[in-house]
Amino acid sequence: MTVIDVQKNPEALTLTLTARFDAPPARVWQVWEDPRKLERWWGPPTYPATVVDHELKPGGAVTYFMTGPEGDKHHGWWRIRSVEAPYGLEFEDGFADDAGRPNPDMPTMSVRVRLAADGETSTVMTVESTFPTAEAMEQLVSMGMVEGITAAMGQIDALLADSAA
Amino acid sequence: MTRREIVALTLTGDHSVSELARRFPMSFAAVQKHVAVLERAGLVIKERQGREQRVRGNADALSEVHRLLDQLAAVWQGRIDRIGEILADPDPEDGKEQAHDRDRRPEEP
Repeated sequence: MTVIDVQKNPEALTLTLTARFDAPPARVWQVWEDPRKLERWWGPPTYPATVVDHELKPGGAVTYFMTGPEGDKHHGWWRIRSVEAPYGLEFEDGFADDAGRPNPDMPTMSVRVRLAADGETSTVMTVESTFPTAEAMEQLVSMGMVEGITAAMGQIDALLADSAA
Repeated sequence: MTRREIVALTLTGDHSVSELARRFPMSFAAVQKHVAVLERAGLVIKERQGREQRVRGNADALSEVHRLLDQLAAVWQGRIDRIGEILADPDPEDGKEQAHDRDRRPEEP
């Protein structure tokens, strides 16, 4: 379970991450296909995700919300462009309003996932995220980042509390 | 990649599209197209000076994009670690996939 490569391509507004897992593609695919598994990794521990709709087929929707430490909910959605189980998935990833409806004023990013067998028992997974504009990227990453920063702040608080004790 | 080169070049000073076309082995139209994509992305700024369109790299936007890509990479690192944990977990809820794997897997030494 290692990230083996991170490619930043600022001119194309694209990030490509490559990771290797000690499991065959069919098993890695489960973390995308099974909504209960998806919930366990999409959001960080401080902002766990709850998947509401999960229709992995072209034109299908995945909707979810993440619940923050204050009970605050952040809704998001995917619009599935293509699925090739267990080797790939492409979707549009966006944020939704408090009722879970896609927010038309918010930009979206494109995500392309590829799973390839690496020998008999391993999988190389590539995730490519592309943004339409630098401004869209700013909006999307900063919104998606709220939970990450809050998590980091929580850890800092814990460290400060420890050292004070 | 030409777009990267266009950004790099225009960060050192502004250039007209025709100057860029002379620097790269491609047509004026092709360079113009790359510039349009970069402008839409917010990475270069086009300004009219007299009869010419000058192109300059948007250094602030580029450093911001680098910062955001780093942040997004951190988010995905976390996700990939959690996926690794799920896969390491011999979860009975893996259901038929797990059973299937077990059936196929040779005896462990």
